[in-house]
Amino acid sequence: MGWKPTLRPLPSGPALVYSRPMLEVRDLSVARGGVPILQGVSFSLGPGEALVLRGPNGIGKTTLLRALAGLQPPISGETLMEEGAGAYASHADGIKAQLTVEENLAFWARVHGQEVPEDLYEAFDLTALRTRHAGTLSAGQKRRTGLARLGVTGKPVLFLDEPTVSLDRFSVTLFADFLRDRHLAKGGAAVIATHIDLGLEAPEMDLTPFAASPEASGGADEAFL
Amino acid sequence: MSIWEYANPKKFIATTTPLIPWAFGLAGAAIVGALIWGFFFTPDDYRQGSTVKIIYLHVPSAMMAINAWVMMLVASLIWLIRRHHVSALAARAAAPVGITMTLMALVTGAIWGQPMWGTFWAWDPRLTSFLILFLFYLGYVALWEAIEDPDTAADLTSVLCIVGSVFAVLSRYAVLFWNQGLHQGASLSLDAEENVADVFYFPLLLSIAGFVLLFIALVLYRTQTEIRVRRMRALLARSRRAGTREARA
Amino acid sequence: MTALLLRDLRLAVRAGGGFGLGLAFFLIVIVLVPFGVGPGAQTLTLIAPGILWVAALLAALLSLDRIFALDWEDGALALIATSPLPLEGVALVKAVAHWITTGLPLTLAAPVLGFLLNLAPPAYPWLLATLALGTPALSMIGTFGAALTVGLRRGGLLMSLLVLPLYVPTLIYGAEAVRRGAEGQGAGTPLMLMGGITFGALALLPFATAAALRVNLR
Repeated sequence: MGWKPTLRPLPSGPALVYSRPMLEVRDLSVARGGVPILQGVSFSLGPGEALVLRGPNGIGKTTLLRALAGLQPPISGETLMEEGAGAYASHADGIKAQLTVEENLAFWARVHGQEVPEDLYEAFDLTALRTRHAGTLSAGQKRRTGLARLGVTGKPVLFLDEPTVSLDRFSVTLFADFLRDRHLAKGGAAVIATHIDLGLEAPEMDLTPFAASPEASGGADEAFL
Repeated sequence: MSIWEYANPKKFIATTTPLIPWAFGLAGAAIVGALIWGFFFTPDDYRQGSTVKIIYLHVPSAMMAINAWVMMLVASLIWLIRRHHVSALAARAAAPVGITMTLMALVTGAIWGQPMWGTFWAWDPRLTSFLILFLFYLGYVALWEAIEDPDTAADLTSVLCIVGSVFAVLSRYAVLFWNQGLHQGASLSLDAEENVADVFYFPLLLSIAGFVLLFIALVLYRTQTEIRVRRMRALLARSRRAGTREARA
Repeated sequence: MTALLLRDLRLAVRAGGGFGLGLAFFLIVIVLVPFGVGPGAQTLTLIAPGILWVAALLAALLSLDRIFALDWEDGALALIATSPLPLEGVALVKAVAHWITTGLPLTLAAPVLGFLLNLAPPAYPWLLATLALGTPALSMIGTFGAALTVGLRRGGLLMSLLVLPLYVPTLIYGAEAVRRGAEGQGAGTPLMLMGGITFGALALLPFATAAALRVNLR
């Protein structure tokens, strides 16, 4: 998955502009439990761009994000991204109940070779909770800690699977502000699967048209049909 | 025409179906022939008397117990390297046959051991090694059974088979170090000095050939069953998928 | 890597981390043995090396399923797998953390428990040496078993079935070295053979463990 320069037509005119997208997905097909569920997914994201994935439950948003993050191999197609540029987050956010908020974030920061920025606590309204053990937090507070983890990965491309589960409206705003001001504004990109409106100016992509047909090839069972 | 074409499930079934009855038939003829020859037309051993005749079951089953594991190891490697489903399913199909052979070797060994050594069980290196092999088989089969997704199960059992093979060999040497044992030398070996006498040797060879054929027949047959189970699973998954699409549309 | 090690150690010693349970289990098994075989000092001396090793092995087995299960349940394992840490290194670090919280305390406690079983005096240094050298292999092999069964409900029992046969060579050499030490013979050979298994396991099993984790995370 190295860099490949690509020619991309700009929507404004016929001129071809040489550009380097941060993430380019070409004709990707993915399977869940060995059964193809999405086929022919293509899109590309440049610096500062986000894409919101939509579609009914079970359409394959989680599977697509896991494939993009490199957790599972796709059936076919390619994902072009700088090696190790992506960070993945799902609603299971790996926050340890026995560690304090600070210790949790410091751990993930060290894993990614980063420091915890001081204003990160403020950005997620965690300042008062810093020394609290994560086990004593409410579900929403814990979730905010999990999302604050994204601020210490230092990765330019984020793959977010339902990041706003169990967040109240205020926290959703905090998170949307974080994404807009601290990530996208600094040249990052994000692919987000969500059911609610984050208030981001981002294109949405409905995955329903990409649902794999029952005859789609490439599943683990293909040889047996 | 490459050998890998037989890794296609349909081709595999089409090719092996006519072979299976022949393999079973020849295996039965060889084993029955060897047992009759061995039981009625060979003399008693001058030291062991007629108890020696269990050799026609004990040695072939012990050999196949090990060979089955080796075959599983090779099939696992093929699966990991070339991702041929039939290979993974053949490894799965061979395991219960291997367990049966191991148990047979242990039981016939115990029956033979009672008159010879005065005990059904001794912690002799060979017996102990087979007991350990039996445990490895159990773990392998249990892992296959525990995992729902067939490809995940194939991957994990293959990794276990490779690691297990290394540790099985280590255990063999550890057990030899631990106890020198009562067991007689190998019945068959390239070193002619150690071999059993010719009069026992030929029916034994016939019996071994029968066991090899029986193993091949059973593994082919069971692999076909595994392929069909997998095919049913695939068809069910596809129809379920078509169902949800219709419901959505 | 050190961050992961420190976090795992911290989690182990905090409330609910289960640190010390293995040690307590070791103590209880050793206390139960004389009730089973009788208090005769000679019998105990005879069986002490083997019992100490088997009990230490079972105590190490007890905490194996926690190695990956907790990180699996709360999603941390998937996040670690997508982080810059190589999964092979993660596997090794997990085994080291398990050894520090289980194998090391067992090794240090074993001589004390040796008194309870009337272990022959010349065997003590061998007991300490074999456990110090052998328990890392138990942790590493166990980490491999834990990786194989991480995604399974009720994986614990299955894991014991997978891991215990793999423990056979380590147990044989370890207990044999202590036994020879107790009889005043040289026990260097089994000790070195066991060391070979330990270093071989530490060198190679992280790769198998990482492969199993990748398959389970798919």
